[in-house]
Amino acid sequence: MNIQMIRKSFLSLLGLIWVSGASADWALNMPRGITELSAETYDLHMMVFWWCVAIGIIVFGVMIVSLFKHRKAAGVQPASFSHSTTAEVIWTTIPCVILLLMAVPAAETMIKLEDSRNPDVSVVVTAYQWKWHYKYQDEGIEFYSSLALPSVKARFKESGIDPFSVENYLLEVDRPLVVPKGKKVRLLLTSKDVIHAWWVPELAIKRDAIPGIINEAWFRAEEAGTFRGQCAELCGKDHGYMPIVIEVVEPDAYQAWVDTRTDGSAQLAQMEARP
Amino acid sequence: MTAAVADTHDDHGPAKGFTRWLFTTNHKDIGTLYLVLSLVMFFVGGAMALIIRSELMAPGLQFVHPEFFNQMTTVHALVMVFGAVMPAFVGLANWMIPMMIGAPDMALPRMNNWSFWILPVAFGMLISTLFMPGGAPASGWTMYPPLVLQTGDAFPFLIFSVHLLGLSSIMGAINIIVTILNMRAPEMWLLKMPMFVWTWLITAYLLIAVMPVLAGAVTMLLTDQFFGTSFFLAAGGGDPVMFQHIFWFFGHPEVYIMILPAFGVVSEIIPTFSRKPLFGHDSMVYAASAIAFLSFIVWAHHMFTVGMPLSGQLFFMFATMLIAVPTGVKIFNWVATMWRGAMTFETPMLFSLAFVFLFTIGGFSGLMLAIAPADIQYHDTYFVVAHFHYVLVPGSVFAIMAGAYYWLPKWTGYMYNETAGKLHFWLSTIFVNLTFFPMHFLGLAGMPRRIPDYSTQFADFNWMASVGAIGFGLSQLIFVYVLLTSKKGVEATDRVWEAPRGLEWTVPSPAPYHTFETPPKARVAQESFK
Repeated sequence: MNIQMIRKSFLSLLGLIWVSGASADWALNMPRGITELSAETYDLHMMVFWWCVAIGIIVFGVMIVSLFKHRKAAGVQPASFSHSTTAEVIWTTIPCVILLLMAVPAAETMIKLEDSRNPDVSVVVTAYQWKWHYKYQDEGIEFYSSLALPSVKARFKESGIDPFSVENYLLEVDRPLVVPKGKKVRLLLTSKDVIHAWWVPELAIKRDAIPGIINEAWFRAEEAGTFRGQCAELCGKDHGYMPIVIEVVEPDAYQAWVDTRTDGSAQLAQMEARP
Repeated sequence: MTAAVADTHDDHGPAKGFTRWLFTTNHKDIGTLYLVLSLVMFFVGGAMALIIRSELMAPGLQFVHPEFFNQMTTVHALVMVFGAVMPAFVGLANWMIPMMIGAPDMALPRMNNWSFWILPVAFGMLISTLFMPGGAPASGWTMYPPLVLQTGDAFPFLIFSVHLLGLSSIMGAINIIVTILNMRAPEMWLLKMPMFVWTWLITAYLLIAVMPVLAGAVTMLLTDQFFGTSFFLAAGGGDPVMFQHIFWFFGHPEVYIMILPAFGVVSEIIPTFSRKPLFGHDSMVYAASAIAFLSFIVWAHHMFTVGMPLSGQLFFMFATMLIAVPTGVKIFNWVATMWRGAMTFETPMLFSLAFVFLFTIGGFSGLMLAIAPADIQYHDTYFVVAHFHYVLVPGSVFAIMAGAYYWLPKWTGYMYNETAGKLHFWLSTIFVNLTFFPMHFLGLAGMPRRIPDYSTQFADFNWMASVGAIGFGLSQLIFVYVLLTSKKGVEATDRVWEAPRGLEWTVPSPAPYHTFETPPKARVAQESFK
């Protein structure tokens, strides 16, 4: 009986740790994302990170050894050397080689990121203080996308609503951007007032929306699902309140969505599009 | 000059009362004024940081409104950059450069007075904008148009105070260059100069090169706002991105303006407490010069998301990565200076060691940020906030603290309270990491900077950072205690420490009001630098 009880309580304790571990959000790292290029970006990030760790272990290691061995309290006599050309040549050359090893893959990814030719879907993203407007160039669909009502209600000082009780607090919109999975989507970004930046970490896209300029970005989502981001360029008082939600759906579902939005309901879409 | 005349001259002390400080042309008095102003601004900017961190302690808005939050981030940055860090280094330069090169004073003492007294006026004006209709500037210290043009009545005051700060910096820089180039003691050859003097010489050139650029940028903002020009307004044919190019052409060298003198301070302290000469003095000079040169050709790495041509992005990525090489040389040289030394760990050394460790961590995240595709993910997130606070707080600020503890006995004539100093160090180091390390994770997990409220997934690390910030802020009060009790310790010897090098340790402690009225003996200068 005792053994059983112990085992039971142990298991439940384990379960508790598991649950709390899963629900507590101690996200430490960048998401790997859902596009080929977001994965490449993640790999670059990790490669440089591990190089830094390696260099850190060596430099800090030497320093820590020195801090313990070469202290006056240990009774050592200080040496008097003040330069070594060999050492200096070595620690100038090796970093150059390491940098070269980083620079090549980084440049390759950069070149791919800038190649927005031949898209399947083009969306014009227009930023406003403080919401987004999406216009599907060929499908004739357009709508505004702004912070969803539950968050709007909770966001104000003394609203009396606990942010933890709001699902996806500050990261939910009324109308998300819908895109087909596996298709090349090109974004054309601009702004009607100040500079904003459209950022979805899972897509590894962050591009400024600048008045008077049209910027390009592209992605090909390999995974269906809902992904969230935020405006990333300070754009005034409600900068923290213009999230981005993107729904990646199967091409059929995307077509169905396009049809419902355009078929006979163009006027409705127009009405919805008003701010 | 006869000995008798020289003696009477020695007695010529400072004037009494407030006029002493208002009219002073003495480099030591002006140095003190700069350092006091810097400390006051450190607390003013720190209070703003604590308002920011209190609001961010938990999701939801508890204390301030978003518009005031943005004013706080903006003014905190301007006050810390132009009010705390830069004047602290100018204060150290004023005090130490003439004594290090064997000069009686700065070359242009009246201008020295003016370049200081502009600062309180400029900051008075900047801080008064908090009480104006529309509030203080809230567009970030980078002042990007078109957003900055939405500033209320504060706008022209912001521009004018930036002009004044630039004016002060340029005059200070001219003074430092003229002093170093013209007033060195005999046989103080350029390559024999202490590293602090060297790094300041390079910094001063950077200041003269880029402060007018900033002045130009903000003047264009002013004319766009009030005189109908359209430099940065798309509607009138202008280009908002051009402002960013001009701003960061100033802004990136500005980053090194805030760190090169820190390199200098640390390069003075580590040899003293390692009882060993600085490793690779000349290569340190070349490395600092290389960093200064590179700082002019990397500015657009702050702008990888604005939509530059691919070739531009690649150029700025490669150039930025190159900075790691001379910076690495500096860090390796400090480690090599410690290697086989006989170290002791007084407060200045502790701050310098923490500087080497933690600045290197800031350097690592800097290298990561240089990788353009990854930077697109990091840009404008808390990862960047973590990066630049690591190089500015345990970087520049720790070096300033180290320098203050190192030279304090020379200034006051008494040893400071070592126990309090060590307590200040340990608490600062623990809390600075608690504040800024979790910010790396927040940024990578997707939290943008400059937001007053955030999604609940970011709650835990934000709470940690806020606790750390409050702890760090309170720890700085220990430093005030050390300063207030700085004349209660044992009397300092002329050399103060066991094995310092440099002319400043050949004069009495406290340093007399006037030092080196006749140039120090060449032999002394030589010996100090063997």
